[in-house]
Amino acid sequence: MTDTVKHVGLPDERPPSNIVGPVAWLRNNLFNTWYNAILTVLVLLLLATAVPPFITWLFVTAHGFDATSQECRAGGGACWGFIGEKLRFILFGTFPYDEQWRPLLTIVIFIALLVGSCDRRFWKPWLGLVWAVGLTAVGILMWGGVFGLTPVENTLWGGLPLTLILSVIGLAVAFPAAILLALGRRSNMPAVKVLCVTYIELIRGVPLISLLFMASVMFPLFLPNGVSVDKLLRAQVAFIMFAAAYMAEAIRGGLQAIPKGQYEAADGLGLSYWQKMLKIILPQALAIAIPPLVNTFISFFKDTSLVIIIGLYDLLGAGKVALSDPSWRGFYRESYLFVGVIYWVFCFSMSKYSQKLERDLNRSHRR
Amino acid sequence: MSQAAHQAQHVLSGEEIIRCTGVNKWYGEFHVLKNIDLSVQKGERIVVCGPSGSGKSTMIRCLNRLEEHQKGTIVVDGIELTNNLKNIELVRREVGMVFQHFNLFPHLTVLENCTLAPIWVRKKPKAEAEDIAMRYLKRVRIAEQAHKYPGQLSGGQQQRVAIARSLCMSPKVMLFDEPTSALDPEMVKEVLDVMIGLAEDGMTMLCVTHEMGFAKSVADRVIFMDRGEIVEQDTPDSFFTNPKSDRTRLFLSQILNH
Ligand SMILES: Nc1ncnc2c1ncn2[C@@H]1O[C@H](COP(=O)(O)OP(=O)(O)OP(=O)(O)O)[C@@H](O)[C@H]1O
Ligand SMILES: [Mg+2]
Repeated sequence: MTDTVKHVGLPDERPPSNIVGPVAWLRNNLFNTWYNAILTVLVLLLLATAVPPFITWLFVTAHGFDATSQECRAGGGACWGFIGEKLRFILFGTFPYDEQWRPLLTIVIFIALLVGSCDRRFWKPWLGLVWAVGLTAVGILMWGGVFGLTPVENTLWGGLPLTLILSVIGLAVAFPAAILLALGRRSNMPAVKVLCVTYIELIRGVPLISLLFMASVMFPLFLPNGVSVDKLLRAQVAFIMFAAAYMAEAIRGGLQAIPKGQYEAADGLGLSYWQKMLKIILPQALAIAIPPLVNTFISFFKDTSLVIIIGLYDLLGAGKVALSDPSWRGFYRESYLFVGVIYWVFCFSMSKYSQKLERDLNRSHRR
Repeated sequence: MSQAAHQAQHVLSGEEIIRCTGVNKWYGEFHVLKNIDLSVQKGERIVVCGPSGSGKSTMIRCLNRLEEHQKGTIVVDGIELTNNLKNIELVRREVGMVFQHFNLFPHLTVLENCTLAPIWVRKKPKAEAEDIAMRYLKRVRIAEQAHKYPGQLSGGQQQRVAIARSLCMSPKVMLFDEPTSALDPEMVKEVLDVMIGLAEDGMTMLCVTHEMGFAKSVADRVIFMDRGEIVEQDTPDSFFTNPKSDRTRLFLSQILNH
C-alpha cells in the first residue's frame, strides 16, 4: 500500500448492441412506435407492388434503342427505339440535321463553363473573360454565317441548347441585376428605393406565362412600324426580368441577416459604399442567400420550358413535338421520362453543388 | 479644469484635433445630446463615463459620423463633418474605432481584416499592407493567429485584432466604445494592456469605459455624461477624489460600490 491514492481510469467499453448497429437503427428509426411500424410496413408493401413492375417495364421487357415502332406496338415494356429514333430531334430540335454537331458543341461548351465555374479557385476576374469567350463561341456556333458556317435562323433552334441558352444566359444576366435591385431596395435614396420596390412587386405579382405572352404579343405593339425584335430575344428578356425580381428578394433576405456592426465597422474604416458592399456585405449576404438562390435557379431552369407557349421548342417542347410523328405517336412515357431525367440531372447537380458550396463557405468562416 | 490644463501642459502639444461646439442630436422627439462642447488635443487620453443611456456612445459615434448630429459643429482634423461624403470618408480614415462587439469581418482572415482598408482606402500595395498588419498584430501579441478566421478566436483575441485593424490605417485618433464590456473577466486585462500601451505611445484616445482603474492610470481627463449633457470633466485625480456635482457623486458611489 502506497500513501497516495492512485486513480485508475475505467476502461472504455463498447456500447451495448441495442443502441448501435443496424438492428438498433431499424428499431429507432422505423419501428420506434406502433404507428411508425404500421407506416413502415405500408410503405414497404407499396414499394413491393410498384417497383418491380416498373423495373421490368424499364429494362427486362423493354425494346432496345434500335427497335422499330411496329415491334414496340406488338407488346412488351418500354420502347427505347423511340429515343433511339428521336434522340437528335429531342436534343437539338429542328436544327439542320447535318449541322447538328454545332448545337452538340454548344452543349459541351455550356457544361464545361458551368463545371469549371464550380471551382472556387477559379473565381477570379479572368473567369468573366472565359465566359465572354465561351458565350461568343456559342453565338457563332448557333447562328453561323461566319467562318464558313451556314447561317441558321434562331427559329430553328431547339432542344437542350435552347434550354441552356435561355436559362444560363438568363441567370448570368439576372444575377447582377438582382444584386442591384436588392441593394436599391435597401437604399436610403427614396427614388431608387421606390423604383426597385415597384419593379420587384410588379414582376412578382404576375405569372411568368403572362410575362412571356406580353413579351411576344403586346411588346411588338409598342414598337414603331417596321421595327421587330427577335422572338427568342424577347423571351430571353422576359426571363431575365422575371428571374431578377425573384433573385433580388432572395438576396435581400441575405442582406437583412448581416448585423449592423458589419456596416459600421466598414464605414468606420473609411470604405466607400461600393467597397463596403463588394468586400464586406455582399460576400456574406450571398453566402447566406445560397439556399433560396439555388431554389430560384432550379425553378427558373425548369420554367424555361414555358417558352413552348410562344412557339419556341426547348428540351421539353422538342420531346413533345417528337411525339407528334404519326409513326411514333403514343410513346409519351418514354419521351417524358427521358426528358425528365435530363432535367433532373441538371437540377440535382445544382442542388448538390450548392450544398457543397454552403459547407465550404461555412467551414472557412464559422461565426 | 485648471488642473487638467496644468497637467496637460507638459504632455500635450496644445494642438487641437477635435472640436465640438454646441452639438445637439435628437432621435425623433428624444433629445440625446444637449449642447456638447468638447475640445480634444493631440495626444490627449480621455475617458468618458456615465450611466447607461446617457449618450456616451452617441457622442463618440458622432465624431466619425456613424451618427449624424443635427445642430452645432464638429471639426475633426481640420475637416467639418457635414453631409459631404468625401469629407466624411476623409475623417473616417483618420479616426479608428473599436466597438463593444468587435465587429470583425467573419469571412476574412485576421490578416485580411487588417489589410482590407489599407489596400482599398489608402491604396497601399498588398505586400506593404501585410507588412504593416503583421507589425501591428505582433504589437497586440496575436501575430501567430494571422491566418485564422475571427470565429476561431476568443473574445479578447478578437478585440485585440479589432484594435490592430484600426491601427493599420495609422489613425490620428482612436475611439473606443466599451471595448471590454462584452469580454469574459479573464480577458479584460489583455485588452486593457494593449490600450495602455497605445496610450503610452502617445495615441490620441477617447474611451467610453467603466474600467475606472484604466481611467485612473492613463487618462488625462475624465468626462462624465448624464442625460445627454457633459456634466463634469476633470483630471482623474480630482474627478474621483473630489467630484463637484451631485450626479457625479451618485454615479461614482454606484459604480465603485457595486
Ligand atoms: N437608433 C436609436 N433610435 C432611438 N433612440 C436611440 C437610438 N440609439 C440610442 N438611442 C437612445 O439614446 C440614448 C443614448 O444612447 P447611447 O447608446 O448613446 O447611450 P450610452 O450612454 O452609450 O449607454 P450604454 O452605457 O448603455 O451604452 C438611450 O436612451 C437610447 O435608448
Ligand atoms: Mg453605449
